Amino acid sequence: MYTYRKAYRPFVSPNDPCPPMWVKTYETPPQLYLGFQPYGMPQFPPMEALRWGTLWPALFAPYSNPYKQKRMGGYRWNGQMNGSRYTNS
Amino acid sequence: MWVYEKKLQYPVRVNKCDPRMAKFLIEQYGGADGELAAALRYLNQRYTLPDRVIGIVNDIGTEELAHLEMIATMVYKLTKDATAEQMKEAGLGPHYADHDKALYFHNAAGVPFTATYFNAKGDPITDLYEDIAAEEKARATYQWLINMTDDPDLKDGLQFLREREVVHSQRFREAVEILKEERDAKRLF
Amino acid sequence: MEWTDERFKVYQQLMKEIQAVDFVLVELNLYLDTHPNDQQAVEQYNDYVRQSAALKSRFQSMFGPLYGFGNSYTTCPWSWKEAPWPWQV
Repeated sequence: MYTYRKAYRPFVSPNDPCPPMWVKTYETPPQLYLGFQPYGMPQFPPMEALRWGTLWPALFAPYSNPYKQKRMGGYRWNGQMNGSRYTNS
Repeated sequence: MWVYEKKLQYPVRVNKCDPRMAKFLIEQYGGADGELAAALRYLNQRYTLPDRVIGIVNDIGTEELAHLEMIATMVYKLTKDATAEQMKEAGLGPHYADHDKALYFHNAAGVPFTATYFNAKGDPITDLYEDIAAEEKARATYQWLINMTDDPDLKDGLQFLREREVVHSQRFREAVEILKEERDAKRLF
Repeated sequence: MEWTDERFKVYQQLMKEIQAVDFVLVELNLYLDTHPNDQQAVEQYNDYVRQSAALKSRFQSMFGPLYGFGNSYTTCPWSWKEAPWPWQV
């Protein structure tokens, strides 16, 4: 199993003009992992398939606005100087 | 030839009158990684591809035309009942001055559509790699568009379109694998 | 024919059922383009072709042709050109 979204901590400089985003993310959807689709994978029923945009749950890649997500320490600067400004690990 | 169906591929809904969002959505109508560029790219490349992969490229190209119609529907609905004043406030004044509410093939910044947005190199692997990249770029554009709207109905349609890019990318990747196989080569040489 | 709220509701409901079934057909079509020997998927495709035809014949008897150019029967007067067009719904 894999995750659809990866996170990293960019270098934060004291000279940056905007409040830092401590964590940045990018998408890693299922087509990067599936390989040649095997026969007989489970399917959504027709209405669900239309709703999700694919017949196969294995190819379904949910997406939501990452700026509105609060997990993983918050993608948005929370106004506090916790953590090192110089971290980029 | 193509047969027109009097139906959208997906039931497009727009909840909020928001002409500003139309200005951004037009990126997927007449922009570099938009649905028109996608449809024309694939439907043009298919003539010079090996027979084994023409079908998938032809059919994805055809589906892109349905997506073009969905984007057009969103733009149409978002601007249909806007006044000249509302168009101006939404940053659509320059568009309105030239086109009123008519759709025009340009990107979100107003740059007119151009054939230089896509290529047909004639080298099947090269062309399929461009196609995979095009799907990923369109997927990314849909992400940025989703990030800019809070209309749940509009988001719903954009999410459908984003997911289609995922599936298309998957099929193009499979097309590459098909071309890598040795089976036909043995018979030919 | 007059468009009432009730008639519009039926139109949308039937249309959505067609969209769902036809979406399965799009997905299976693309899948079969790269998996031409998956017999189970071929059978499923043919099954959905039948479902789609049945739904469309019901829809067209109520709301007029979904296709021009000879792919649907027509009534008199010629109703293909009547609104609503897909982007107007």
